[in-house]
Formats: sequence, C-alpha cells, structure tokens
Amino acid sequence: MSFSFPILPGGHLLAIEGLEPPHIGALLELADSYALLNRSGKTQRDLLRGRTLINLFFEDSTRTRTSFELAGKRLGADVINMSVSTSSVNKGETLLDTASTLNAMHCDLLVVRHGQSGAPALLSQKVSAAVINAGDGTHEHPTQALLDALTILRRKGRLEGLVVAICGDLLHSRVARSNIHLLLTMNARVRIVGPPTLIPAEAARLGVEVFHDMRRGLEGADVVMMLRLQRERMVAGLVPSPREFFRFYGLDAEKLAVAKPDAIVMHPGPMNRGIEIDSAIADDPERSVIGEQVEMGVAVRMAVLDVLARDLRRNA
Amino acid sequence: MPATVIAGARLLDPATGTDAPGDVLFEDGAILDHGAGLNPPDGAEVVEAAGLCLAPGLVDLRAALGEPGAEHRETIASAAQAAAAGGITTLCALPDTDPAVDDPALVQFVLRRGAETGCITLLPYAAATKACAGQEMAEYGLLREAGAVAFTDGARAVGSARVMRLALSYARAFGAFIVQHPEEPGLAAGGAATEGELATRLGLPGIPAAAEAMLVARDIALARITGGHVHFAHVSTVAALDLIRAAKAEGLHVTCDTAPPYFDLNETAIGDWRSYAKLSPPLRPEADRSAVVAALADGTIDAIASDHQPRDADDKRLPFVQAEAGGAGLATLLAVTLARVHAGDLSLLAALDLLTARPAKLLGLPVGRLAKGAPADLVLFDPERAWQVKAGQLPGKAQNSPFDGRALEGRVVGTWKNGRRVFG
Repeated sequence: MSFSFPILPGGHLLAIEGLEPPHIGALLELADSYALLNRSGKTQRDLLRGRTLINLFFEDSTRTRTSFELAGKRLGADVINMSVSTSSVNKGETLLDTASTLNAMHCDLLVVRHGQSGAPALLSQKVSAAVINAGDGTHEHPTQALLDALTILRRKGRLEGLVVAICGDLLHSRVARSNIHLLLTMNARVRIVGPPTLIPAEAARLGVEVFHDMRRGLEGADVVMMLRLQRERMVAGLVPSPREFFRFYGLDAEKLAVAKPDAIVMHPGPMNRGIEIDSAIADDPERSVIGEQVEMGVAVRMAVLDVLARDLRRNA
Repeated sequence: MPATVIAGARLLDPATGTDAPGDVLFEDGAILDHGAGLNPPDGAEVVEAAGLCLAPGLVDLRAALGEPGAEHRETIASAAQAAAAGGITTLCALPDTDPAVDDPALVQFVLRRGAETGCITLLPYAAATKACAGQEMAEYGLLREAGAVAFTDGARAVGSARVMRLALSYARAFGAFIVQHPEEPGLAAGGAATEGELATRLGLPGIPAAAEAMLVARDIALARITGGHVHFAHVSTVAALDLIRAAKAEGLHVTCDTAPPYFDLNETAIGDWRSYAKLSPPLRPEADRSAVVAALADGTIDAIASDHQPRDADDKRLPFVQAEAGGAGLATLLAVTLARVHAGDLSLLAALDLLTARPAKLLGLPVGRLAKGAPADLVLFDPERAWQVKAGQLPGKAQNSPFDGRALEGRVVGTWKNGRRVFG
C-alpha cells in the first residue's frame, strides 16, 4: 500500500476526537484492504518485522487484547502481552514506572488499556513508543469506533447521512464517546438513547440528539448500537433493576421493529443477554453484525499498527 | 536594629485609600511615620524604592501547610519561606492536618512553629469538628484560648446541617466564625471536574456546579437562625455569589473569599488531563470565572486567599481521577491578583484591599495597614516586572502550581516582617 497517509496527531492514536475526516477515511480504507487480505488467508509478515508491540492491559480484556495480538502477528511484529494485576492498578507509580521499563525494552508500539481516563495520554508523554489507546476509563476506545465504522461501511456503503442510535449506558461508555466523535466527524446523524441517569452531562453539546424513549430513538434508524450495562452500575443505584432496564432500554424485536427494515444491530461485547439485548436479536444473522465487528477489529488494528509504524520509520 | 526608611516609593494603603509617593520609616518592628519627604534619623538604613510600590504585608486567610503529618509536601518553615517571597506576612493555617488541629496543644504547636520561622505571623485555624470528621464540635472555647483564629474543617465540608447549626450557634459565645468548604459532599463524592461538556469529553466524573450553591444556601439559612458568622472559602460559582450577595444585603453575618485560580483560570486548564490544574473545588466554566471577577469588583468577595495546598510529584503524576486535588499558591498570590489590575478589572488599591485590610479586618487584627504604631509588615513590589511561573523553581517546597508556565507581570522585590527584611 503506497498512498501517502496523513500523520496521526503526535504519532499516537489516543482518541478519535481531534482526528479529521481524511485521517478516518484513510484508516478505514486501509483497514478494508486488510479485511480482504485476512479473508484471502495471506499475511504481510515483513511489514512490522523487528518491531516490538507490547499489549499493556491494566484491565481485563480478552477480545481486544487478542485482536491486537493477532493484528501484530499478522504484520510480523514481536508481540508481548503484559497484564498488570488489578490489585496494583490503583498505584500510580506502576504506570510511570512501567513507562521507564518499556523504554528500556525499546518497545515500538504500545497498546494500552487502563481504567483511568487519560492514562494512555499520560503514558504517551513518558514513553518513546507510539501509543494506541485500547480503552481508557470513561474517555475513549478509538479502535472500537473504527471497527464499528468499518462494519457499517461494508454493510451500508457509506457513513454520511446514516441515522445511528447508540443505546444504553452512555455515561460510563468509552465506546460511545469514540463512536459519537467518529460518526459526527463523518457526517452521520447520531442519537443517544438511555435513561437520564445514564446520559452524560450536556451530551447534546457533543452534537447528538438525546432520547429517553427508546422507541422514538430507534425510529427510522439505519444502525442500532447497543452498549454493555455493567452490573455494578445497578449497584450504584443508577437504574433500579435489570428487569426494569430490559423492559425500557433492552433491545427486543418489538422495539427494533420501528427502525428501518434493513437496520443492523451492533454490540461491542461482551453482551449481557436479557439485560440490554434479547438473544433472538443478538443471534439473528439478518440483523446482527456482532461477529463481523470482531472480524473487522483485527483488520482495523492492522491498519492502525501499519500507519503508526510508518510514522516510526519517518521519525527514525 | 537601626531605623529603616523605604524612600521614594508609591505608597499604597487601602485602609485609608492612600495612593501617593512617599516614604515609610520604621524602627523596633513598628511603623514610626509615613508620608512624603520624611527626614530619617541619623544612621537610618535607607532603601531606595523609586518606581516601586510599597504596601502593607499581605494577609492570607487560607493555606494548608503540610505540618504536622505531611512534611514531605511542605513544612511550616518552607511555607514561610514561600510566603515571604510572595509578600505574605500574616498567614492562617488550615487544621485538616494529620493529626487534625483539634486540641489546644496542637494549636500551640503550630503557633510555636510559626514564630520560629521569624518571617510570618502564623495564625492557626482549629478544627470545626473533632478530627475534622464532621461529627462532633471541637472545644471552641479552649481552642480559642490557645490561639485559634477561627474554626473550619479545611478542605472538607461540614456536611451535616445539624452539626453546622450547632457550630455556628456555639462559636458565637467565643466571637469566632466558622469557615466552610462549600461543596455538598454527597454530590461531590467521586467527582474530579465540574460536570459539563468538558468533563463529558474527557471522560471524567463530574461534580455539578450547583453543589456549591446548595451548601451556601443551606449555611446562609443556618446563619439566619443562629445569628452566627459563616465564612465561605474559595467561592467559585455565579449561583453561590448571588446567594452571598443577597445574604449580605439582608444583613446576615456572611463573608467569603476566593482564590486566584478561580478568577484567573477556567476549566479548560484541565484539558489533556493536566493534574496540576485539579483543584477542590474544581475549576469552572468561563461564565463562573467572570462572575468571580465581578464579585471581586463589587465587594461581594471579602478577601483573596492563596488556598495553598501543597502536593508532591507523586500526588500529581497520576491519571487525573487518581491525582490529588490542590494547588500551590503562596508565591503567586500577589502577581496573579495583579493580572486583574493589569486587565482593568480592579484598581490597584481595590486589589490590595482584598489582600490586606479586608482580611485583617475579618480577623480583627491590627495589621494590613500603613499606620503609625502598626507592625512594620511591608511588601515592596514592582507592578510591571515580568516573570514566568515555573514549577520546580518556586520558593518553598511545594511546586504544584496550577499556573505553571503562566507569564505574569508584578513581582515582589522585598518583604519586611516586624521591621526585619525577610525576603529580597
């Protein structure tokens, strides 16, 4: 792939907010070509040969970590997984001490997941590697938004003008924030749907339409994106009970019926079946693109690694 | 000590409204005379001060000093050094230390440590509640006898309306006021920034700005039923200032201060999760900042305090939510206030009034003015001299300035405490 690529801000991928349409468009185009490559069974093992990719996960994750691992390996990088035990997550020293350890190891590409908003940005100031945010607190999860966009693009042929409803726990969702920024940047219309206690303050100022009635929020939607509701949110008293939540904000056939007939259903996983999504919908091959999201995840991460490695070469 | 005369300065005495060229003569720790063309006695030391401003030493209503218990952040001695460099000669120390200053012996300890520095008058607050835990009133009578200037739980709000009512009521017997950290604790718990668009974008848990007005409204109602004197610290929102303005008009015994970050910075300073700008209360949107400036100008705010909260690098070099709130403020108190003068929001005399005579009056102290017989606590400064705040190069131990990188105009050239030069 030889087209010239806009450099990502700072040589990292820390957030979708701040990226311009050319960044996103080029990343998606490159990712699409990797999706084709992956389906063909070929690899590009010379691209990141000799590069070290470290997956640094301060929070448990199976699918995101595995996806980055696979992406790195398909491009020929040496991939190392570091899981920092949850008990020491709250020790800030760990974060910056880890940064100096990574510098000593001459890590080239650093994939970070952390429970605190801004932690990857803090690390990026201290490490020599290109940093990829794999989810930070309630801030952003940029590669998830990119893989969601690629999934939509492949199904719908465009992002511009589509009506996308993002539903559930928006307050704590980094996936939602990244998706909102990406979709608005690419001129889609974004609705957010959830109970007022799970909608962030002044969310409308991000440029979205806010709905508390799910039927109205889904009306005419091209894409229905469900978010995971974590059980501890219920404990915090933000919603009274799982059954009440499912009744009013869970996705079932009845609520989905008001969306466009060809509307697709997405979920970043892992799903709480029967809380935010009915199994019949999640498993409906006509509607659900949840499996394809996972597939696109690897392609998108290959594209991101590829692009950041180009920056590394440029700076070398 | 021989007599000293500071000659040819621009004398600024907010207590009398003086702004005129002149000299100040002092000996044995007290001001002997001031005015134009003084004849100093033979052998007097002469400090030439042409082009400089001479004002009463600053009276800082609010600073946390780290001692006892957090000496790695700041000691009373290091804070005194920073205060002297900032032109502060009288400093009120917060009691939410470890242990909390809730016992007469601890009040005496703080007084003694302050006196040992020789460069400031250190006035200890004592805890409003035992251990600053918000449950039971401390021994106001005994603490006052030991030298406590007033009562507060420092950076913790007195959350219980019942306890606050008792405190305001009981403190009247000893002529003391209660200083409140006005932030409704249930709403503030877990929050790291002012709730709103910016916090949403940064993915930070928010504290609604209304948390401040809510506690202010409650405590004004309590002042009304008790007749007590409540003082609100670091007021930072439009709504709280409106309530305080109305309470003052009603004749209630309500006073307040603010701190430089709340009139010099707005919430955008926390962009990129800058933990040095994480404060308690959190920085506010621009509309609140400009309301604070207006309230400084119209007299609603009684004083500008540093709200110095020393933190070390390990407290701050953390992801934003985990980083400790608080900013160092002693060395920058005057210069950041002067930025409002240079911007045309306040006259120089009005700005100095908020840093000297008005807080002194609130405390009932004979300082903060240029008067014959008053202590020779003085600050000499160049109102135009430019400098840049650089964390790592500030006087004292604490380097956690929210103003790191800020270019300022106005620098302290010399500070005198009881006639002794303690800085410059």
